[in-house]
Order: sequence, then structure tokens, then C-alpha cells
Amino acid sequence: MHKLSLESAPHIHSKSSSTLIMLLVILALLPSAVNGYVNYGRRACLILLTTVISAVVFEAVSSFLIRHKLTVKDLSAVVTGLTIGMLLPPDFPLWKAALGSFIAIVIVKQLFGGIGRNLANPAGTAWIALYLLFTKDMTTWRIPDSGAVTRVTPMLTGNAPYWDLLLGNYASYIGTGCAIALLLGAVFLCFAGILSPAAPLGFLGAFALASFASGCDPLSEVLTGSIVLAACFMASDYTTTPFSAFGKLLFGIGCGVLAFLIRQFGGYADSAVFAVVTMNLFTPWLNRITRKRPFGAEILHKRKKHMANQPENVTI
Amino acid sequence: MKRLNGIRLLQSKRAQNKQITVLPLPKRVRLPMLMHMGEPCVPAVQAGEYVYVGQEIGKAESEQSVPIHASVSGTVAQISEYTLTDGRQVPCIEIEPDGMQVIHPDCVPPTISTQQELADAARNSGCVGLGGSGDLTYQKFSRQENITVLVLNGAECEKHLASDLRQMVENAEQIISGAAMIQKIMKIKEVLIGVQSNRPAAVQALSQAAESYKNITVCPLPPLYPQGEKKVLVFHTTGMVVPEGKEPEDIGVLVLNVSTCAFLYQYSQTGIPLVERVVTVDGNAVPKARNLLVPIGTPISDVLNHAGCELDLVKQVYSGGTMMGVSYPTMQASIVKPQNGLIAMKTLPKEKNASDCIRCGRCVRVCPMQLNPTDLDRAYQLRDVRTLTALHTGLCMSCGCCSYVCPANRPLTDTIRQAKTLLSNE
Repeated sequence: MHKLSLESAPHIHSKSSSTLIMLLVILALLPSAVNGYVNYGRRACLILLTTVISAVVFEAVSSFLIRHKLTVKDLSAVVTGLTIGMLLPPDFPLWKAALGSFIAIVIVKQLFGGIGRNLANPAGTAWIALYLLFTKDMTTWRIPDSGAVTRVTPMLTGNAPYWDLLLGNYASYIGTGCAIALLLGAVFLCFAGILSPAAPLGFLGAFALASFASGCDPLSEVLTGSIVLAACFMASDYTTTPFSAFGKLLFGIGCGVLAFLIRQFGGYADSAVFAVVTMNLFTPWLNRITRKRPFGAEILHKRKKHMANQPENVTI
Repeated sequence: MKRLNGIRLLQSKRAQNKQITVLPLPKRVRLPMLMHMGEPCVPAVQAGEYVYVGQEIGKAESEQSVPIHASVSGTVAQISEYTLTDGRQVPCIEIEPDGMQVIHPDCVPPTISTQQELADAARNSGCVGLGGSGDLTYQKFSRQENITVLVLNGAECEKHLASDLRQMVENAEQIISGAAMIQKIMKIKEVLIGVQSNRPAAVQALSQAAESYKNITVCPLPPLYPQGEKKVLVFHTTGMVVPEGKEPEDIGVLVLNVSTCAFLYQYSQTGIPLVERVVTVDGNAVPKARNLLVPIGTPISDVLNHAGCELDLVKQVYSGGTMMGVSYPTMQASIVKPQNGLIAMKTLPKEKNASDCIRCGRCVRVCPMQLNPTDLDRAYQLRDVRTLTALHTGLCMSCGCCSYVCPANRPLTDTIRQAKTLLSNE
């Protein structure tokens, strides 16, 4: 008898896949990484390669050790490694960069259960750890044109022509200098339907507004440090941010306000990543408060309790 | 007005401009004794007996059942077993047509003037929800009071299906007359016909036919899938929200499929029960998609043969659309009353390797019922009954949108279906 293949509905599937999403994110990050190479030469390339390759290797090895399914194929480790590398200054020691990948992939991601189960952004958390462990290395930059080593950046002094800030023509991390390249990547992801603009807009908007209100120049505040990269690529990470557009907006605003507060009153000039990782911990709560009521479902628990306290003969 | 979520499927249907054509009589029809939601019928004829078109051959002994009628005139060859797609076995009456299509002398137009008579007529006609649901139509009339709105379902949002669409274009007058008949008898204030806004031919035909009626209006629906589901349809046409665990009838809305409505009108005029229906035949194994008027019980292999499909190359066949259709284990199956489509594929879908959820939230954003499929999935993996209940698992209507969009290929619809079973067993 002619046997047919049995399969449960739906019988069709959209073309989206985890790998494709990660690939497009990598593509969106590339222009800024290339800018890092142009500014800082081979050394920048070496750091990026170190973080990417070590992230992939750590993911493969840890998957094997904790007997997880091998998830290297989904390219998420490449995205994490690339993000870490882009957030490092060009003269950062390579073994320390690889340590960053280890923290991100093994400690923050794999030990929490692998992709989709981490609480905070792996790259962000690793960056904070590196920043606290190796503060001196993390705050030694190089001026792109002259190659001179500097510990002063416009992020601290706040004075540089906008044009230089937009094009990345100032001492910065490898991948955070060129704001135009980062924004271009983000817009591309928005059009590809991968990134929702709510969180980045909330982040940048709240940060600029708060800076403006405090009397700083909002544009140079936004363009310096890792604000744009964190807003576009970390505050829009899938796993560690809320589901709904409104939740994402709240998340972004929270990041913006926190980043402003830390930069103004805290000890760290580069506050964006601190803000994102702190807000990551609010994500489950934001998800709960922005959850839509299922269609036609009874009102959620709190109200119901309140209704139950009403005397019985009252009709509402 | 707020709009419920959904997904955009490719909106052109190959069969949408194909006129309904009549399928030549097959060599043998096989009528399973269960074609509706409910309990099976009991065979009322014996092998060797001569039956007429429209003769009752399956007796509906239970309330949860409607009679089944012979779709051809001829001799009962045998009474065999039939395996339904869910694995149950029911008796099956096989008839060899004599080609005369003699109509049973008892088939006379019924008198329908009260609600009870309408319900009786719907029951005697063997009518079930022709849009694919297979509900017992008579129950919609018999039990209900205080119905204020009649909503006709002309959404048909599935990818290939066009049988309702063709009914709306070709038989708009019958649909409207049927609606007017039901409206008069049930004393319903308003009739709303939900048609997707990207089906101008259907909207035009129906609007034209409804011109002379005051309270019959065509409501455009957003061009999204799913629109044909009762709760979504009622919300988008009337703006009313059907509470969880309730049916539209509970809030005074009666939902009927357009083809069901057209059939009820035909029955009131001719008295011939439900013996044939329009089926869309499509899929990449079918060279030319078409809409066929098929006697109920025709083997699917005959239908596919007629559509020019090479049976040996077919790898997968399903009944209904691509999003909710049920696949057949073998070719040993017949066209049944609620079946609006027959899709034959010569390619198998790409192997689905589910990977871990990346929490992208696409499923949350597309769910028309505003559920959270990824959390339901995780709660089901943990067999967490309390969370499943708190997340309103029961609202899921298995439309398949979450599985469709999932980049990690997770079979969310299946999981939620299993979660519902788990909850009902608790």
C-alpha cells in the first residue's frame, strides 16, 4: 500500500531560522568592525579574531563537557565574541580578550543552560568583568591618526567635533567609534525584521534627554563611548530583553536613565554596558508587567482577588 | 478598532479564479459513518441493497450526530471498516454507483417556519459545518435563544483553499437568501458577512446580492491568517469578545460558514440532503489547481487522479489547508463532509530540527489569542500544570502561527496541543 508521510500541522514554515538571524546580526556589526580595522590596523583584527575564535572554541568544548547539544552552528557564539572584541581597546592583551570570551560563553551562557537561558547579556557581563579586572588595560586607547597611546578620550573630556565622533575619528574601542556604521547596521536589522526599534530609540532618547536636561551636550554624550553599540546591539538582544514592544521601550528608557546616572554620578565614564546588564535583571519583571491579557481571558489574579472581596449581592 | 495578530501568508491562491466543476462519478464511494464532531452513525442498509441519492444510510441515534445519506444511487457493495485520521475505526458503507443518480422519492422541500423546524431540517439534511469544523449545525439552531447577530464566515484564510471563495462568487445569491431565511426565523437583528479585504470578487458579488436586504452587510477582514477562527471572526466583525471557555452563541452571536448557509438554502428549496460538496484540490503534486464538486465519500485517489496528479509521486496528502490540515497515513481515505481542501505534495517539508528557544518573542507577537507560546512550551517541558493553567493554555486554537514563525523550528503548536491534553487529564 502507498504509504504517505505523516506530519502534524502546520505543514509550512516561514524562512526564518536562528542561524540566519545571527548571520544578519554579524553582517550588521561588520561595518563598524571594519572601521576598527581601518583605524587601528592589524592589532584590532587580531583582537576580534581572538575573541570570535575563542568564543566558538569555548562553546564547543563546554557543550561537550556539560553534554549539551553542539550549538556552534547557530553562530550565536560568533556574535558574542565579535561584540566583546568590538568593546575592547586596540592594545588589549590577547589572553585577556580570550578570558572575556570564556566568561561570556562558559560562565554567563552555558552554565545557565545555553542559548536562550542566560539572565544577562554574555558579552556585556564579560566586558564588565574585564573592565573591573583589568581597568588599566581597558582604559588605554590609541588615537587613530597618529597611533599615539592615550588615556584621555573625548568620552571623558566631552570635546571633539561631531564629524569626528560620527566617523570614529577619535580614541575609542575597536568597534564603537564609528556611530554611522553602527546605526547603519541597526537600521538594516530593523528592515530585516530582526531588531525592534523600541529599545534602541528608548535608550538613546532617554539618555540624550537626560544629558540635555543636565546641561551637557546630548549629541556628543550619545556619540562617545559604547552608548550607540550598547543601545543598538545589546539592548536589543533577544534573550535578555522583554518580548513586547512596550516592554522593550521601558527597558530602553531604563537603560538610558541608568547610563546617564552612572556616567554623571558614578565612577565609570563608559556606563552603557553597566546600564544594559543591570536592566537585563529587570527583564523577567518587565515581561510580567507588560504581558498582554490573553484574548477573552478573565482579568488577571490581582483584580480577581479584589473582586472576590466585594459583597456578594453587588453586581459589577 | 484593535486588531488581533496573525501572520501574512502568500495571498494569491492558484484555485481562486477556477470555476467550480463537477467531478465525474467515481467507480465506488466509501462513506465512513463519522464525518462530524460527535458520535458515529449506525449503518441503516445492508450489502446488496439498492440505494437512491439522498437516502439515509447512516442512522443518527445519538444527539451528538446527524444522519449520513447516500451520495450516489447504486448497490451497496459491502460494509467495511474505515480508519479515521485520528486512528479510530468506524464502519464504512461502500456503494457502487449505477450512474443514474436517481433521487430518493422522500426528498421533498421541507416546511421551515419556526426555529424548531429549522433545527429539524438542519438535522435531517445531515448538515455539518462545511468550513472544516464539522460542528453539528442543527445544534446552533436548536439550543440557542436571544441570538442578536448572525456572522457568516467567508474568511477562508488558509493558503490554498478557495472552495468558500468560489461559493461566494458563484452562489452569492443563495448565501444571502439562506442568511435572510435564518434571520427571519431566528428573529436576528443583523447579519454580518466576514470576507477578507483582499478578495474583491467575493465582496462585490455578496454586496450586490445583499443590496435589497437592509440588515445584511459585508464586513472586510484584515488580510491575515487566521481569520476564520470563530473568536477572531466574531471580534473582527462585531467587536465582541468571546470570554474564555464560552462559545460565540453564549454572547448572542451565531456563526455559520458561507457554504453551510448556501447549502441550507438549497436544502430548503430542493430537499436534497448533504450529498456533495466543493473541494479545492491543490498542492505541488497537482498540475492544475481546481475546485471540484465532489460526491461525499469519493476516494481521494479518484479526486487526485481527475486533477491530473501522478499518484506514485505523491509523498504527502492532507485534508484542509496547510496551516491546520491533517495528513493522511495512506491513500485509503474518502472526501468527508467538512473537508474543504485536498492538498497533495510531491516534496516533503524540510526536516525540522528543533533547537533551543532564543526568546526572540516572534511567537508572542503573532499569537492571535495573545498567549505566550514560548512560556507555555517551557511550562509543558516541566509538566508544570499550575503555570499552564495560569497562562490560559485552553485558549489556544492550534492555528499554527507560532510554529510557523519560530526561527528555532520548535513544534510549539504540537506542544501546546499536548499541554491541553495534559490539563484535561488532570
